[in-house]
Amino acid sequence: MQTIITILENMPYILMGSFITLYLVIGALFIGFIIGLPLAIGQVYGSRITRLAISLYVWFFRGVPILLLLFLFYFGIFNLISINLDVATVSCIVLGLASSAYQSQIFRGSIQSIPYGQLKAGRALGMTDSQSIRSIILPQALRLSIPGWSNEYSILLKDSALCFALGAPDIMARTHFVASRTYEYLPLYITAAFLYFLITLAGVRLLRYLERRFAIAGYTLSA
Amino acid sequence: MTNENNIKNALLSAQNISVTLGNRLILNDVSISVGAGDLKVLIGPSGAGKSTFLQCINQLIPTDSGSIYLEGERINMANNASLCHLRQNVGMIFQDFNLFDHLTAVENISLALRKVRNLSKEDANDRARKELNRVGLANRAGLYPAQLSGGQKQRVAIARALAMDPKVLLLDEPTSALDPELVGEVLAVINDLAAHGMPMIMATHQMDFVRSLATEVLFMESGSIIEQDKPHVLLASTSKSRTLDFCSKLNNLRQVAEHSPEITCTANSNT
Ligand SMILES: Nc1ncnc2c1ncn2[C@@H]1O[C@H](COP(=O)(O)OP(=O)(O)O)[C@@H](O)[C@H]1O
Ligand SMILES: [Mg+2]
Repeated sequence: MQTIITILENMPYILMGSFITLYLVIGALFIGFIIGLPLAIGQVYGSRITRLAISLYVWFFRGVPILLLLFLFYFGIFNLISINLDVATVSCIVLGLASSAYQSQIFRGSIQSIPYGQLKAGRALGMTDSQSIRSIILPQALRLSIPGWSNEYSILLKDSALCFALGAPDIMARTHFVASRTYEYLPLYITAAFLYFLITLAGVRLLRYLERRFAIAGYTLSA
Repeated sequence: MTNENNIKNALLSAQNISVTLGNRLILNDVSISVGAGDLKVLIGPSGAGKSTFLQCINQLIPTDSGSIYLEGERINMANNASLCHLRQNVGMIFQDFNLFDHLTAVENISLALRKVRNLSKEDANDRARKELNRVGLANRAGLYPAQLSGGQKQRVAIARALAMDPKVLLLDEPTSALDPELVGEVLAVINDLAAHGMPMIMATHQMDFVRSLATEVLFMESGSIIEQDKPHVLLASTSKSRTLDFCSKLNNLRQVAEHSPEITCTANSNT
């Protein structure tokens, strides 16, 4: 009984952490999209130098642990150039940079799976390459990217718990804080796990809906 | 006619085109000109370079050497505006249609009208519907490519090219990806264009069509034009041309196919 009361009492506090968690994940997905899409376009259509530079960027962010990136940016880079941002924002930016590397590879794969003939057809009609890419390639590639994006969302959501290490007041941090005060470790961590699970499910469901909503009639990707 | 007159009088002329891809000479100094009412046909075995040649004419494939003239004006191939100008005036029909999969039939046609011609959405759609009507697909306007048959897809592709008011049309084996029963509907559209005097360069192996409509046949092999003359000359039964030899082989293949239906597919995909 006491356990239930403790959980209920602290629930609003922990639930407030969901906003921070969502801020981290949605912010990071957004930053990752804004950077990742141009990276993908550059990697497919860019010059040799552009492609090399992008590959290096992607290697770096895929090759270094997220936790290390968080420390590197928060205590290192942002400190060095004396930019003072709150923990959540720094975490959001770092997660976003890492995600941009992964998202660029999702988009690159989808762009490359659109038949080259469609770009040729655009050119043959007198459209510029940038017009063709924007109005022919990307609308199809982005549709194909939704499943990969959904995967990226659920991975980011769980990576966001790492920001606890910097002290970002997300679900993880708040749960840990309450648990270490009340000693109700098991029920509180189960509650937190359940929250993460719900947020994952909601996001994946939403993306699944979008996938169906934007599906092209009669069109199935041949395996 | 001298070469210079040829270029000046032609609507579209490609002169001395050579192309190397991956160390291999794919096109070796080939030339072609089309004037009003011309229907020039490229014939030749698979791998001869017909598709490459057609795509060099509107510069979808860059050439090592040679020049393209549109209405006597030499195209500056290093200049993007100049290339877009060339491509707007030269329509292209591909073997496998290359429709935009995410757009309906009418949107496939209106896209370039909006982006290149800067038409408003309504004007572009009106024009697109007129073109669909012209190829007999007015009642398919709202369907996506995946919902259309091969013959319908190719007719949408033709309508898409015609909507840009091209001065010349390039067609790369427009019927060879189609099931035999769908070839007729596409050829009917092309026939109609020929009857209206649309200048065309077409790679095709539809010999009946070539005999009755081509103004000139160019036989290609290994990247060169080997023979070039009026169809009734090259295809006369007394002719000793490579063209006739090649076409009679095609014909044999077709007859064999007709007698044994189970190999129809192979015969068609080879032609
Ligand atoms: N991108 C490429 N790189 C190297 N060789 C190519 C390329 N594209 C086509 N080829 C070669 O060019 C030759 C001509 O091809 P193509 O123009 O498609 O012939 P056709 O249309 O007459 O069948 C073929 O031998 C083909 O293998
Ligand atoms: Mg070909």
